[in-house]
Order: sequence, then C-alpha cells, then structure tokens
Amino acid sequence: MALKVDDNIFVSKLDDLANWVRKHSLWPMPFATACCGIELMATASSRYDLARFGSEAMRFTPRQCDLMIVAGRVAMKMVPVMQRIWLQMPEPKWCISMGACASTGGVFDTYSVVQGIDRFIPVDVYVPGCPPRPEQVIRSVLDLQEKIQKGGTINGREFARRDTYEGPGDRLGELDPSEVVIAPGNFATGKRLRGLPLVS
Amino acid sequence: MNHQEAIDAKFGAESAMPTEFRDNKRLTVPLEKIYGVLAFLQVQRGFDMLCDLAGIDYLGYADATDRYGIVYSLTNTNSGERLFVKTFANDPDPEVPSVVDLWEAANWMERELYDLFGVKFAGHPDLRRILLPDEFTSHPLRKDYPMRGYGERHNFPTVTRAES
Amino acid sequence: MPLEAVASQYETGTDQEFLYTLNFGPQHPATHTTLRLVLTLDGETIVKAVPDIGYLHSGFEKLGEDLDFNQYVTIVDRMNYVSPVANEIAWHHTIEKLMGLEITPRCKYIRTILAELARISDHLLCVGAVALDLGGLTAFLYAFNEREKVYDIIENASGQRFHPSYTRVGGLINDVNDDFVTQVRAFVKSFPKAHSDVCRLLNKNKIFIDRTQGVGVLTREEAINRSCTGPVGRASGIARDLRKDEPYLAYPELQGAFKIVCSNGGDCLARYLVRMGEMVESVNIIAAAIENLPSGPVNIGTDSNVVIPDKSATYRSIEGLIQHFELFMWNRRFETPVNEVYGANETANGELGFYVVSDGSAKAWRARTRPPSFIHFATFPHLVEGHQISDVAAILGSLNIIAAELDR
Repeated sequence: MALKVDDNIFVSKLDDLANWVRKHSLWPMPFATACCGIELMATASSRYDLARFGSEAMRFTPRQCDLMIVAGRVAMKMVPVMQRIWLQMPEPKWCISMGACASTGGVFDTYSVVQGIDRFIPVDVYVPGCPPRPEQVIRSVLDLQEKIQKGGTINGREFARRDTYEGPGDRLGELDPSEVVIAPGNFATGKRLRGLPLVS
Repeated sequence: MNHQEAIDAKFGAESAMPTEFRDNKRLTVPLEKIYGVLAFLQVQRGFDMLCDLAGIDYLGYADATDRYGIVYSLTNTNSGERLFVKTFANDPDPEVPSVVDLWEAANWMERELYDLFGVKFAGHPDLRRILLPDEFTSHPLRKDYPMRGYGERHNFPTVTRAES
Repeated sequence: MPLEAVASQYETGTDQEFLYTLNFGPQHPATHTTLRLVLTLDGETIVKAVPDIGYLHSGFEKLGEDLDFNQYVTIVDRMNYVSPVANEIAWHHTIEKLMGLEITPRCKYIRTILAELARISDHLLCVGAVALDLGGLTAFLYAFNEREKVYDIIENASGQRFHPSYTRVGGLINDVNDDFVTQVRAFVKSFPKAHSDVCRLLNKNKIFIDRTQGVGVLTREEAINRSCTGPVGRASGIARDLRKDEPYLAYPELQGAFKIVCSNGGDCLARYLVRMGEMVESVNIIAAAIENLPSGPVNIGTDSNVVIPDKSATYRSIEGLIQHFELFMWNRRFETPVNEVYGANETANGELGFYVVSDGSAKAWRARTRPPSFIHFATFPHLVEGHQISDVAAILGSLNIIAAELDR
C-alpha cells in the first residue's frame, strides 16, 4: 500500500525552500531621497559591507528589485513617484522605511512633508533613527529576512489577504475640518479624503 | 563718494536710505527706482555678483509699514565689498522689476521668491513655480500660511498590498 | 510638471527635426538624490535641459521661523547632509553676529577643526561619487573608508555620528575630550595616504580625464554673473574664499597655514582638481589648529544669559538652575536685537549664508538660507547644452548638488 503524502506538507516545504532562497537574495532598490541615503551608501561600502548578508546587489531600476528601502523624507511632490516605483516592482516585494522621516515625518512636521510613507504604500520594517546607524540598517535587513522565512508562501498568498489599508488610522480628525476641506490646488484626491467633499 | 551719495547724485535726493548693523551696510531704495539703482551699482560701482536674494514677509512685525521686503545682497568680487539693497512691495499685487538681464543668477532666485512669497517679478523670462508642485495655490512662507499647511501633504491616494 | 514639447529649431523636412525628450530622474542613481531633468535630445546630443526641482522641499525656512536659535540647529544639520557640522557653524556664526557675541578661543579652534573635517568629508564624497558615476568604484570605497574616520571623530565629540547638532549659541554643547585630539592627529597622519590613493587612481586615469576635461566649461565672467562660489567658482578662476577675504573663527590666526586653491580651467576636471587640492589645504589647517588648540572654557560666560549651563551646574547650583529655566521657558529665553543680519561661511560647496531677521525674541522672524547648491544647479542647463548625454553624470557630480540644500 502506497503512502500518500498530504498535499499540505509538500506545499509547506516548498514554501520554506522558496523563502530561504528569497531571503538570501534580496535586491534592494535604494529609494534614497535625503540624509539616510548617505548612511545607506555607508552601509553598502567598505566598513559595514551589506554584502555579507546577501543584499548588496543594489539595482536602480525597480523592475529588477524586490526590496524597496525608502531612505529619507518624502515630500509632497515625490509621493506619486514613490507610488509609481513601488507599483513597478515585481512581486513578491517588501519595503523598509529607513529613518524617522520616512516612518513618521521626523522633525519635518511641515506643509510639504508626508508624515510617514505608510499612509501611501505598505511598509514591512520601520527603522528608527535620524539617520539610523548602519548597524541598524543591517539589523532591519536581517529582521526582514526572518519575516520572509516565517511568513512567506511561494505564490504570495500572504499578500492576497492584505487588501486593506495598513497605515496609521484616519488622522483627519486631528485637523480642523475647515482646514482640511479647503485644500487648495488640484491634487489627485483619493481614499484619504473619503467622506469629505472633494475640491476641484 | 560713497555708494549712497553716488546714487543720490544720479537718482535724486533720498533715493537711498543707508542703515548699518554689525558689518552689513544696507541701502533702502524705493521700489520705482530699484532697477535703475541695481543696474547703476553693477555697472558703475563694481558690484558684479548678486550673492543672494532674500524675501521677508513683515506681516505682524512690530513697526513695519510695508508687507514684503526684498533684499539684494551684492558682492564686489574684486574688492570683497558687500552691499545689501532693500526694497519693499505691498499687497494686493506685489510686483518687483526683474533683474535677470543684469544677473543670470537672479533667474532661479526670483522664481523661488515668487513660489514661496507670491511676489511677482515683472519682465522675468520664465516665472513659474520652482519648489512646489504646479497645482499648489498658496505661498507657504507668507506669515498667514500655517506651518503644517492646509492638509495638502496628505491629499494623495493610498496604495495597498492587493493593488500593487 | 507638464512640459511643452520644444519646437524644432531646424527646417522641416530634414532629418534633424526628430528631437526627442528624455526624462532623467527624479529617482536616478546619477542624481544621487532627488532632482529631475527633462532633456531634449538630438541623437545623443543635448539640445536643451530643463531642470525640475522641489522633490525634497521640506519647508526648512518655515521651520526656522517656528524653532528658536538653538533648536533650529537640528534642522540646519539636515540641509547639506554631507557636511552637517559646517551648516551648524555657519548658522550659529550668523546668530552670534546678530547678538554681537564673541566666542572663546577654544571654541573657535574646535569649530574650525570640525568645519575643515566637514569640508574634507564633503569633498571625499563628491570626488568618490563622481568616480562612481564615471565607472570607478574603487575610488569611492577609498573615499568612504576615510569618511568613516571623520564620522568617528565627530561621534566622539558630540555623540552622534551623522547629525551632531554640536554647536549652541555662544559655544558648544560640550567640550571635547583628549581622545579627540588623538583621533584628529591620527587622521592628519593617515589622510595623505588615502588622498594619494585616490589621486593615483584618478589623476592620470585616461577614461576619467577624457570624460571630465573640457566638459561643462564655465568661464570666469559666467561664473560671476551666475553667482558661483566655492570650488565651482574657484575652478573658474574667481580667487575668492571667505576664509581669506572675511576671516572668521580661528582663520585669522591660521592664515599662514593654507592657500586658496584655484584653477582657470572651469571644466569638470578643474573642479575635481580644486577639490582634491582643497583637501590638502584643509588637512594643513587641521594640523596647525590641533597643535595650537587653546585651553580654557568652550562656552562664553553664563553671565551673558545666553549659554545653556552644563548639567552639573543645573543640578547642583541655584544659579545654574535659574539660568536653565530662563533659557528654556517658552516665554523667557534670550533677547536679541531687533534687526537683520547676513552672515556667511565658506562651506565645502561654497558660500553658505543666512539672512536672519529678528523681532527681538529667541526665534528668527525669517531665516533665509543662501544655498550654494541651488545657485550652482541654476547654471546646469547652461553647462550641459551641446554635450553628450553621458556627460550629464559628470557635470552633475562635479557641481556636487545636494538635494536637501537645493530644495530646503
């Protein structure tokens, strides 16, 4: 009598294999906008040498990458660019938000800086610091590798479930409504302003 | 003859009001004479470099009579001398003559000043916004614009995992 | 930004009318950070270049009106993030000029040493990045190895390796320790070797010279008319350096230790060579300054009502505690003259000036920056016209455009 191996077992092993392969060949796309970009360069160069962890193959075209490292603050004019680059990356893909500015806006609580990129794209790992030390960046890559090993599936089912917005809660309540609705200009308005009259 | 006397001799009395603080020598020039005075300073008095162009919004400043101050920082690259020429513009339609034909460097500086303060430069070849998006309608360095803006910074659609 | 297609300047019917538009940036490795160029090309030749900036506009100057003179130093740090200390020194130089403060000799020397270290670190990154963009990775690695030593020195002095926020009105946040002196001496000793390594890699490198010589020529008249300062201006023959022309900090006493490095080439190679020469002069300044480092306090006396008392004074004496409160209560702080002042320093990129308008409080009414990167980038369309598309990287790198300083 032949032993029948359950499908589940087989699939889970293949998942593990795929995750193991993926996590050791992360190809980062350095979306470097500001100070953190210089620390990212330091991380990749002589002393800290990110190559030790299999993530040194920085590619500047999003179509060859599977890890986006957003290093630096993202200004109003840059958001559509960032989203477009994220959409151009092939699945499976991950995102590290490097530094306080990318994660929360940092010291730049001004009219033109986005208060955290997770309002607009999904983020997997946040790195604090202004800018983070290279050791922290390396740690974040290691953490992401662990996350990939633990949670990944070969056909990306873990992403299929995540169709809802994962960023901070709706923070429009913090602003005076009179300030929000009179947003001047002809910006592409979307989900962040749902329930409010759109300004044309 | 110092610069102020030379300007007064050419443009009439009280064309330049001198003030001084620390090592900064300033001349306050009325708006209608500013272009002539700057051209005179460049050609006749050797101020060949426009070092900086600063805009100031005096809304709410103690004892201020005019709203927008524009400061031309001039440098003489041969002698190292500096001179600050200041003029004022007012609402509702602040407009200053452009000095791009005197100094090419003024091109972007004037565009920046227009972008952030809304002061127009008459005769500028390409007066567009430079730092902020074209859709933006405010001038953020004016004192009546809040530091956190009116919410423009979050006026974008969100991309989720499933969409990407 | 919507741009209109550039009309062909040639007769219709010739094959020259097929100009096409190439979008360069805002996310491109040769732009180093975020700036966008819309290039109109005829084959590989650039007919017209239209820069589009503002992709990193973060409202620095608006923040300058909201934070007080000591707090704003953290923001100024992030302006030219390749040499943050130099920005701090320029900012507090202006504030001290506004308030008429004379800082102590020890503070002057420490600030001078840090400013020169920042200049070296900036030039190293610029030179390394130019080499990287032109295909030579090794020079970049050598340069970064040396920059790490500068980071170590700054980290030792201030506690933060990248954005130290080290200066305060009237002094520094804390004095340096003896290790600082040892480290700086070791750096002065080890730097010439790294410098000659980079020189030997690039100075006679045929590819590097072919790609930089005669590319992006800026004549002296154009450089003056377009307000170029710093290495860009000096490479075009403007023999002007604020360290010589308007000496500040400890430079009046160190005039014998350095020379102004100039060139009249005006091309990318000249800018590279000026930067390499300036690093040697900077090391000479540091060597002279560290051996003459005066003793004494780093802050001016607490009777000036400006300096933050150190922690032991705050915790153990009533005077220190009162002064601490006076400086940090939002309705007290210190008083400034109701006036406006322009102060400038020679930083690695050129003349970094601040035009500060004060309304008598501890906050600036207006904190205008004169950003060298912004002014140098304005020359870019002029420099790149008529060159090949591969020259864009060389010219951009040689101007050393730092996006945060460009957009603020």
